[in-house]
Amino acid sequence: MSGIVTFFRRNAVAYMFLTPWLLGFIILTLYPMIYSLGLSFTDYDFTQPDATQFIGLGNYVKMFGSAFGLSEFTASTGEVIRVDPYYMKSLSVTFTYVFVSVPLKMIFALAVAMLMNQKLRGVPFYRAVYYIPTLLGGSIAIAVLWRKLFEKDGLVNGFLAVLGFVDLPGWITNPNYALGTLILLTVWQFGSSMIIFLAGLKQIPQEYYDAASVDGANKVRQFFAITIPLLSPVILFNLIIQIISAFQAFTQAYIIGGGKGGVLNSTLFYTLHMYIQGWTYHEMGYASAMAWVLLLIIGGFTLLVFRSSSWWVSYGVGE
Amino acid sequence: MKNGTFVRHAMTHIFIIALGLFMIYPVAWMIVSSFKPNNLIFSDPGLIPQTVTFENYVTGWKGYAGTSFGTFFTNSLLMCAVAIVGNLISCSMAAYAFARLKFAGKGFWFAVMMATLMLPGHVTLVPRYIMFNTFGWVGTYLPILVPKFLATDAFFVFLLVQFMRSLPKEIEEAAIIDGCSKVGVFLRVIIPLASPALVTTALFTFLWTWDDFFNHLLYLTRPDTYTVSRALRTFVGDAGAVSNWGGALAMSTLSIVPAFILFFSLQKYFVQGITTTGLKG
Repeated sequence: MSGIVTFFRRNAVAYMFLTPWLLGFIILTLYPMIYSLGLSFTDYDFTQPDATQFIGLGNYVKMFGSAFGLSEFTASTGEVIRVDPYYMKSLSVTFTYVFVSVPLKMIFALAVAMLMNQKLRGVPFYRAVYYIPTLLGGSIAIAVLWRKLFEKDGLVNGFLAVLGFVDLPGWITNPNYALGTLILLTVWQFGSSMIIFLAGLKQIPQEYYDAASVDGANKVRQFFAITIPLLSPVILFNLIIQIISAFQAFTQAYIIGGGKGGVLNSTLFYTLHMYIQGWTYHEMGYASAMAWVLLLIIGGFTLLVFRSSSWWVSYGVGE
Repeated sequence: MKNGTFVRHAMTHIFIIALGLFMIYPVAWMIVSSFKPNNLIFSDPGLIPQTVTFENYVTGWKGYAGTSFGTFFTNSLLMCAVAIVGNLISCSMAAYAFARLKFAGKGFWFAVMMATLMLPGHVTLVPRYIMFNTFGWVGTYLPILVPKFLATDAFFVFLLVQFMRSLPKEIEEAAIIDGCSKVGVFLRVIIPLASPALVTTALFTFLWTWDDFFNHLLYLTRPDTYTVSRALRTFVGDAGAVSNWGGALAMSTLSIVPAFILFFSLQKYFVQGITTTGLKG
């Protein structure tokens, strides 16, 4: 008995401080996660929850069925379910978006950070200016602006026309370019990666570069032999943050596609498709299954990047 | 300074400025265009308006569905204020426990907290919605604000833990010798010393809540409860076929003013927040 009392006395204050977070974790994270995993095996419809049936892996077949040439299948309940014809499209749109926008964004961020990492006056001011797109980029205002800029008779085409280009497309209404404009919008917001790179670059001692110059290494060689290895932990950090957030992109695609996936679903992001399934069609069992697959995809990629880091990230010099 | 270095620096400055201008051009164009007459907005790509008018602000401010942007701005500001209070209280409490107290299960719970940092929010979305709907909270601000009082933004817990860990142990020990309780240490010693990190927390809470769209889309159902971001979206409409683009640009410009003011007055807190935890702007 006294053991419990001592345990309680020792830990009570700490757990009191932890209570809000603990409650939040249990009620708003742990329980919903288990709940959504359960829902993902049902045909839960938000408008008629009482008719919910357990359909096993039905939702998962519905997702990936089209990749195997299925158009419909019979669930364990005997109900015939149509496979989702747009799921694979949303997956490919999202993968394209992630694999193009993340590397581009990182390259720009690093290039600009290196440019600013010289003994220049006014770097804090420049840093602020380059951060502005990131500061505002997540807002609806910018998404609205972007849609307007890239319209057929928008500002971008106005400029290109002045430069002599003819037969310009509507960048958002043409399915070949719509995703590209969204990628551009994302890359434009390289500000926070840049600030992280800049902080990392400042940690690299100038002596390394001086010594390399004396040894006759040119700038390119210095970049690959000094900058990249010494910056690799920061690159890893940026890469993981950017991958995780890019897979979850929603708002800009929602605004630019007008609440849908754009022309021919060219900007049907994963999360947008999930929102449409769950909240427009009330297929919340299916949306839950989609969320779990997204979790596995993001978890898988994060793990992959972490694992790969052992051969490209170096901590410290001289190993 | 050597002549060569001077030329090279000058070139770098010119390049950085040119690229910077190119980058902020869209934003600058939006701000300038909001002062142009409606019919001139898209025919004039320049940054210097021929005629300056405030008409767009007058027509835009009227809003829609009988609700003016005055209401939307008030809603957004109040929501942000409550969100900030919630995050400051709950995140600093959790951070204090993780950073400065010893307790059974600390390592485990800290690992759990770090894991939630990377957890995509979508996986909890549907059950949360169903739960909040059962409580009758859909259509109110509660689904957005209650989680702030339960420290669900793990980013801020992490940021504050990092900061609190760096504070010297001696001050805390001195306070305890003087008869201060753990709660007293938290309120009188840790909180004042952690104020830079608390400012960063408040700042990013404001920006994220102000700019958040997804939660506002899910939970705010009546126009008179709309926030600025939710209202702007409806103002522009699904097809983007608004006639009053001037009004849309004017209200868009107004909607980014708070972010601008905060950024330029509190820049160092931004940099600190971004570099310690990789917070997205």
